[in-house]
Amino acid sequence: MSAQAPESGDAPGPAAMEAGAALRKEPGLAQEPVLRVESVRKSYGGSLVLRDIGLEVPPHSVTVLIGASGSGKSTLLRCANLLEDVDDGAIFLDGEEITDPRTDQDAVRRRIGVVFQAYNLFPHMTVLDNITLAPRRVHKEPRAAAEARGRELLDRLGLADRAGEYPDRLSGGQQQRVALVRAVATRPRLLLLDEITAALDPELVGEVLAVVRDLKEQGMTMVVATHEMAFAREVADQVCFLDGGVVLESGTPQEVFGAPRRPRTREFLRRITEAGRL
Amino acid sequence: MTVSDAEQGSGPGTKGAGSAAMGADADDGYRPSARRLERERYRRARTRRAFLIAAVSTLVTAAVLYVLVVGSPGWDRTRETFFDAHYARTSFPDIMRGLWLNLRLLVVCGAVVLVAGLLVALLRTLRGPVFFPLRALATAYVDFFRGLPLIICILVCVFGIPALRLRGVTTDPVLLGGLALCLTYTAYVAEVFRAGIETVHPSQRAAARSLGLSNSQAMRYVVLPQAVRGVVPPLLNDLVSLQKDTGLVSIGGAVDAVYAAQITASEKFNYTPYVVAGLIFVVITIPMTRFTDWVAARMNRRQAQGGAV
Repeated sequence: MSAQAPESGDAPGPAAMEAGAALRKEPGLAQEPVLRVESVRKSYGGSLVLRDIGLEVPPHSVTVLIGASGSGKSTLLRCANLLEDVDDGAIFLDGEEITDPRTDQDAVRRRIGVVFQAYNLFPHMTVLDNITLAPRRVHKEPRAAAEARGRELLDRLGLADRAGEYPDRLSGGQQQRVALVRAVATRPRLLLLDEITAALDPELVGEVLAVVRDLKEQGMTMVVATHEMAFAREVADQVCFLDGGVVLESGTPQEVFGAPRRPRTREFLRRITEAGRL
Repeated sequence: MTVSDAEQGSGPGTKGAGSAAMGADADDGYRPSARRLERERYRRARTRRAFLIAAVSTLVTAAVLYVLVVGSPGWDRTRETFFDAHYARTSFPDIMRGLWLNLRLLVVCGAVVLVAGLLVALLRTLRGPVFFPLRALATAYVDFFRGLPLIICILVCVFGIPALRLRGVTTDPVLLGGLALCLTYTAYVAEVFRAGIETVHPSQRAAARSLGLSNSQAMRYVVLPQAVRGVVPPLLNDLVSLQKDTGLVSIGGAVDAVYAAQITASEKFNYTPYVVAGLIFVVITIPMTRFTDWVAARMNRRQAQGGAV
């Protein structure tokens, strides 16, 4: 897999203080990909979902996974976050193999943020408690500091007045934005977004994608599984088309969307276009 | 009203819309239409009618029951034996003294059972080979004591343990009876907690683990709080059941409310004290039920979205 995305460079963006932890890196390892997936194979029961997946995600870049439903986008993200064990192959985070059964899984998950399609906010906690749970309990930040930061993040998303609400009282778009804040509150090295707009009404998709755009500007490294092709084209540094358990085609958005080389990719994009989503 | 408030208030970019929508008669020149007034008249009429039907139906049912019971051939005899005001008065103080024992047993055993039940449930959810013996032990414990009839458990504890003649081990029937109650009810309550833990959707655990929370942190901060909320009603059910079963410690000779009633009843050949004791038990469970209803409703109000249904 030689898909190299345009490197967003060593110069931190203007809003870089936000993703401070994500930007800090050891000198000399500048080109080390944040995430490297090598020949990963995964099946559930009898069905083979990932046959031989390989890809690299350079620092401060956004990799978008596209492909039909069931092509393994979500499975790949779940494997990267160690919610699933891979059958074969290896996944590296900052050059360190995380699929080795001897790795400390909790330590790996602490460095990866995840946002799910169904938000998965904790219904028994207020918005602010949802956001500060991991900083306080996992990263042992004092309550005041965690809450101050949580409020600041909420404020930037225009959700400051919702801090004391319970998630069920928010709209889907608001819940998903809170889920994004919760995922970045621990300053993760890598953010995995799994179809985060798939459960939303079309009118609410925009407000969530705006947050993702904002995170990209701050230099957050992200892997995004999505069906929003227009958004993929805009935000991606690298697009990977998953089909038949492999990365069938990858490249810049211009390459994959503009001049797809593979017939399967062309067919997928045509179907999506006909469905009116491009 | 409530539905439209909730919807308006939760939309993005409608900050403050909630308060504006609060008063349906906000100052926008709105006058209720004839259609609305007609609907409200119809609803009021329907409510009146429903109330009337309920009242008539209740009266008829009561009358039928009254005629059936009072008209039965043995009613006079039954009234003397079960509903005698004199015996009710004279047995009341003894029953209340006995009830004090039931209440103490309920409070102490209830606390022990809730804590121990939660512990056993947690043991059963532990993962990893190290915990296999604990897991197996907890499972065996629950299987055994859930199946063992409480009365046999009490008999074994109250008479079996003293028979061992162990030095330093109590022979007090109240303590041993309480132990038997705890053993049995911990098994029930453990299963209730475990059911609650299993109904929390796996995605909640996945979300917690993705944030870097360890297995036990995910359990403590995310799974358990939701699990406990879900099982408050069945837990209360078990506590009420425990309260009634505290009467069984009388098997070993402890004088509780039921035993006190029995003493009077067998002296005077009158069953009124049993009825008195029974009613007292009913009366003290009602506040418990109302209290949990209130707690559950408060939890829902805080968390859930408003709505008409």
